[in-house]
Amino acid sequence: MEELPFILEQVLNGVVVSAYYLLIALGLSLIFSLGGIVNLAHGAFYALGAYFAVEIERYLGFGGALVLSPILVAMVGIALERTMFRRFYRSDPILGLLLTFGLAMVIEQAIRIVWGAAPLPFRIPPFIQGQLFVGDMIFPYYRLAMLAVAALAVTGTWLLLNKTSFGRVVKAGVQNPDMVAVLGISLAPIMTAVVALGIGLAGLAGVLLAPISGVHPAMGAEIITAAFVVVVIGGLGSFWGVVVAALLVGVVRGLAIHFVPAAAEASIYLLMLLVLLLRPRGLFGERIMRFE
Amino acid sequence: MFNEKNPGMMGLTRRSILKGSAGVAALATIGAPAIVRAQSDVIRVGHLTPRTGFLGPLGEYGVMGVTLAAEEINAAGGVLGRKIDLLAEDSVNPSTASTKADRMIGRDNVIAILGEISSASGLAISQVAGREKIPFIQTGCNSDELRGKSCNRYMFHIEGANTMYINAVGDSLKRENLVEGKTWFGLTADYAYGHDLLEVCRNYAKKNGADLAQNELVPTDSTDFSPFILKIRRARPDVVVSNLAGNQITNFIKQYKEYGLDYPLAGGGFDTAAAWGAGPAAFAGIWPAIWHHSLDTPSAKAFTAAFTKRWGKPPENQAWGDYLGMKILAQAIAETGSTDADGIVGHLESGAKFDVLKGREGYFRSWDHQLMNEMYSIRPKPADKQADQWDMLLLGDPVPGPGEDLESIATTRADSACNLG
Repeated sequence: MEELPFILEQVLNGVVVSAYYLLIALGLSLIFSLGGIVNLAHGAFYALGAYFAVEIERYLGFGGALVLSPILVAMVGIALERTMFRRFYRSDPILGLLLTFGLAMVIEQAIRIVWGAAPLPFRIPPFIQGQLFVGDMIFPYYRLAMLAVAALAVTGTWLLLNKTSFGRVVKAGVQNPDMVAVLGISLAPIMTAVVALGIGLAGLAGVLLAPISGVHPAMGAEIITAAFVVVVIGGLGSFWGVVVAALLVGVVRGLAIHFVPAAAEASIYLLMLLVLLLRPRGLFGERIMRFE
Repeated sequence: MFNEKNPGMMGLTRRSILKGSAGVAALATIGAPAIVRAQSDVIRVGHLTPRTGFLGPLGEYGVMGVTLAAEEINAAGGVLGRKIDLLAEDSVNPSTASTKADRMIGRDNVIAILGEISSASGLAISQVAGREKIPFIQTGCNSDELRGKSCNRYMFHIEGANTMYINAVGDSLKRENLVEGKTWFGLTADYAYGHDLLEVCRNYAKKNGADLAQNELVPTDSTDFSPFILKIRRARPDVVVSNLAGNQITNFIKQYKEYGLDYPLAGGGFDTAAAWGAGPAAFAGIWPAIWHHSLDTPSAKAFTAAFTKRWGKPPENQAWGDYLGMKILAQAIAETGSTDADGIVGHLESGAKFDVLKGREGYFRSWDHQLMNEMYSIRPKPADKQADQWDMLLLGDPVPGPGEDLESIATTRADSACNLG
């Protein structure tokens, strides 16, 4: 069993990589669970986050990009929520799907026009380069930091939704918007905030992933499928589902690469198939009337 | 009465007529290019290359190159007194590429097709070109198979074959003692091009005493390479050999650097854009190159200057291929005095020499249509010698060397499955 340490290494690396999946899937899940919009433009906002970061980093360094870029992306999100998204909260989900599908293409093309199609360089900030060695195992500091940020984002989002009055209004609004309106609470600004938060998280993922993957216009299209796989495995509308699914996807993909590398990408779809066969609503999916 | 018989006319108001005619006007604008192109005083040339997906960034450079070439030709009065009318489209994938090639030839009457990067799409286009007897000058497909078993009388290859790339980089590796008796770890893009490159790489390793026992196939949609990097770390090879493509190369180099592994890196396929995308901080290894903008020959410098002026950045090697394709086609038309397909094919096959923006002139081999020209190796340039953000690569001496036959790095006729005569 001398294989074992290497399998363990892949599993632990998979846990670290799950930060990658979690970051891109969390905002997607948030917008879906609270707004009912399947945001196909999520990947495009992620790409936008990376491109803004490239620009900001030049003047304010990586720290500046990490703070400012997601805020800028969230502001784009607010503008789009005000003008487009809010028309689709209570309509047929297919309409929101079409809207965001179109939006994804428009944003990707806009990136091409502004920054060109060629990939842009973006490096890991020097202060966090290097690797941590645990026994014979290796973990780059940067990925560990990503894991920490992902954990923070999850905790922050959970606290916001479960421990604040804002979160209680959001939850009530999801279940019974008419009753909330009767109580004299306007849901519109709250939904704007939720969408801005979800899109801001996509922007944050873009900044964090830019140093370890290429910054190019189609980067959003590259990760959006993985993000959806995570959300679907976790179950629509489930917060903890996304967290568990991201972990599963990271670990399963690492193990697949260990045993059958050519099936690395296929493995996560197989995992999805398996989960859906056993639990049609995903691991922790809630029953959502409008989709059934 | 009228309205009852003709319900379609009901509610016909000034407003809806206005809307309707606006729609017709919009449709007319979309259809217009086809009508304009129906004039016969232009020479229409089709250009197909992926502009989206993982090869998209390279395709964009190809489009810039071919556009510049057409503009230069037209500014100089065209060919045979006729202007070049360039029809450039995104080939997307093999099936779309073949549909578009069919339409360009059948409906738009192009006299030739240029471009393509994906070997799978290139094969699809060559089948249409062969059937319709229209020249296809491909500028970015590396698979040996296209020049071997799938060769075609109407297809010409400006892009170097995988064998040429591997021989070019292999020469450099030999000088560093990284071939004989060394273990290689391969990472291969899991599609036509990658598999072809892997086979060529295997043959080279076998012939020169390197051991390529371990190789992993990497799906083209992989963005995270960390599990692969852990496998490399475990295998402790002497050299890591990349048979990856497009954005994969950028992602892999960046993450390889992130994990801090120090096994030397080499690759069989390379595009400058991948190195620029990784950035000087992450770029590492020895790679083959077909062209680089630092080449110090008069025509290369003129092209680099014109391209930089037109597009605001230096040309990438893919821009060289598409630019050259258009120039060679125009030259063949001018020299034969006609746009006749068989005339062009015959001329290109005749061994006619072309300025390929390198130290020596190039020519197409008659029996497999591969452009014979110099190749190079490339590696990171020391940071203190970099003049600007584009100047991060150090170009090696030409391979084959000045006194050697250009064919010495290419597949021999005896080893090739192609025999066009």
